[in-house]
This record gives sequence, C-alpha cells and structure tokens, in this order.
Amino acid sequence: MDVKTGFFYFFAAVLLFASFRVITARNPVYAALYLVLAFFQASAIWMLLKAEFLAIALVLVYVGAVMVLFLFVVMMLDINTDSLRQNFWRHFPLAAGVGVLIALEMSAVLISGFRVTEEPKVAAAVGQVAQDVSNTRELGKLLYSEYVYPLEIAAVILLVAIIAAIALTLRQRKDSKHIDVADQVRVRARDRMEVVKMAPTLPYAKDEAGSAVGAASGTEKQP
Amino acid sequence: MTLTLGHFLSLGAILFALSIIGIFLNRKNLIVLLMAIELMLLAVNMNFVAFSHFLGDMHGQVFVFFILTVAAAESAIGLAILVLLFRNRSSINVDELNTLKG
Repeated sequence: MDVKTGFFYFFAAVLLFASFRVITARNPVYAALYLVLAFFQASAIWMLLKAEFLAIALVLVYVGAVMVLFLFVVMMLDINTDSLRQNFWRHFPLAAGVGVLIALEMSAVLISGFRVTEEPKVAAAVGQVAQDVSNTRELGKLLYSEYVYPLEIAAVILLVAIIAAIALTLRQRKDSKHIDVADQVRVRARDRMEVVKMAPTLPYAKDEAGSAVGAASGTEKQP
Repeated sequence: MTLTLGHFLSLGAILFALSIIGIFLNRKNLIVLLMAIELMLLAVNMNFVAFSHFLGDMHGQVFVFFILTVAAAESAIGLAILVLLFRNRSSINVDELNTLKG
C-alpha cells in the first residue's frame, strides 16, 4: 500500500462523509458548505488521476461559481426548515435499502471486473514521457480540433442559460418611473410639438385686429 | 496493494447511491434536491475521469468538460426557477407545488 493509495482512501473517506452530511444537514447553508468540501475532495482525487485541468476547473467553476450561487440563493430565501424536515426519516429504510443495493451491486461488478492497474496500460497506450506532456495541452488539442462543434454547442448552452436565468428572475417594478429608451430613440419632432391652425378670433375692436390675428395663428399645443 | 480502476468506479457507485438516498430523504426541500443532483453528476464525472486515466484515452475528459458545462447551466436555471417560485409561493416545499395537478 503506497502513498497514493493512502491518499486515495483518505480523500474518498472525506468525500463520502461530506456527501453524507450534504444530504442530512439540518441547515441548507451547512449542506452547501459540505458540498464545497465534497467538490474539493473530488478535485484532489482527480489530481491523483492526473486530470489536472479538470481538477482546477472543478474548483474554479463549481466552488467558485456554482456553489457561491447556491449560497446566495440559500441565504436570500427565508426558508422554514422545520416544515421541510417533517417525516424526514420516514422513508429512510426504503432509501437505505435501495442505496445499499445499488452500491453493492455496482461494486460487486466493478471491483472484480475492472482490475486494470495504471502503469503498463498508460505507458503502452500513450507512449509518452510523463514529464513533458501536459494534460491541459492534450485536452485543448482535442477540444479545438475534434470537438469544435460540440464546444460551440456548449457555448450556446451557456448563453441560453445566462439569458434564461436573467429573463426568469427579472422583475419590472410597477411603482417606479422608468423610461423606455426605445421609445425615446424612436420619437419624432411632430410627436412632441404640434402646430394647430385656428380660425382667428374676432377682435373686440377693429383697430386691434392685426396684432390679435398674428398672436392667435402661432398657437402651439403641447401634447 | 495498488489502486485499480475498480476502486474509483466503486467510489463513484457509492457516491451515486448516497445521492439517491439524499433524494429520498430530502423530498421536500428543493435546494437540497438540486445539491443531490450535483452530487450525482460528480459521481458520473468521477467514472469518466477514472476510465480516461486507466485506459489512456483523453476523450473521457472531454466528456467531463461538457458535463460540467451542462451542469453549470442546469443549476443556474434551476436556482432561477427556485427564486421565482419562492417569490410567488413563499415556500420551497415540494408538497405545496400542486397547482398543475390535474
């Protein structure tokens, strides 16, 4: 049992403990924090598997973005946890039965079926010296050559997610005086000012007619 | 005793089973349900990375990359829907969300 195996068992134990606490924590904030711990342990295990880029991406994307989003939402909502935890353990026997059955069956198949150890396989398959090959470089080569179109689709998915998240949570306030910029841009001069031709009012005295007509014909109306 | 592929696959299986138990237990709390789904995706990703490493094939890691992308989009939209739901119903209890019941 070498150092790497010991590290694997340690990380796996902490990962399973953290994920158990995620599903049983009373406070959703604690659940989110234990999920952060679980992601860190998974990232460490991926480091053991020499997937450095994905390990860093897991920490940056999940812990840095998704879990912070979870924490924001959990803290923003005023959740009554007591009503959510009524009958919490009622279905536990069924759940434990199903879970243990799944884990045992899969382990029984997988432990005996996949006795692949890494050293000969990796060295023979890749045929490269471990020092001067970069996991990130290999992944990038593959992503930008063979998987270009899936990468574009992934970008579109992220764009759709951005727009959907904003459009779902956007709330127009009814009581605020807001300005429609499009209306302002589209406005024309004759919408703002209208020149109304009016019949000249009859003056009281004949001698003041000229000045009164001149004043009345230029009447402007503000809409 | 050295590490084999079976070790990592068993870890993924146990993690997956644990998150299924979490879905059974937290059937009322929508936030923890989303977290359990994230744990499931992590278990799947663990299997992909383990296969990719032990079989010497980089394509598995590309798939993990895409799964991470989709999972991030899914959780963002899920949380947006959750916020909208809480704004309308003042609750995230799944039992009370029966408006669409036929």
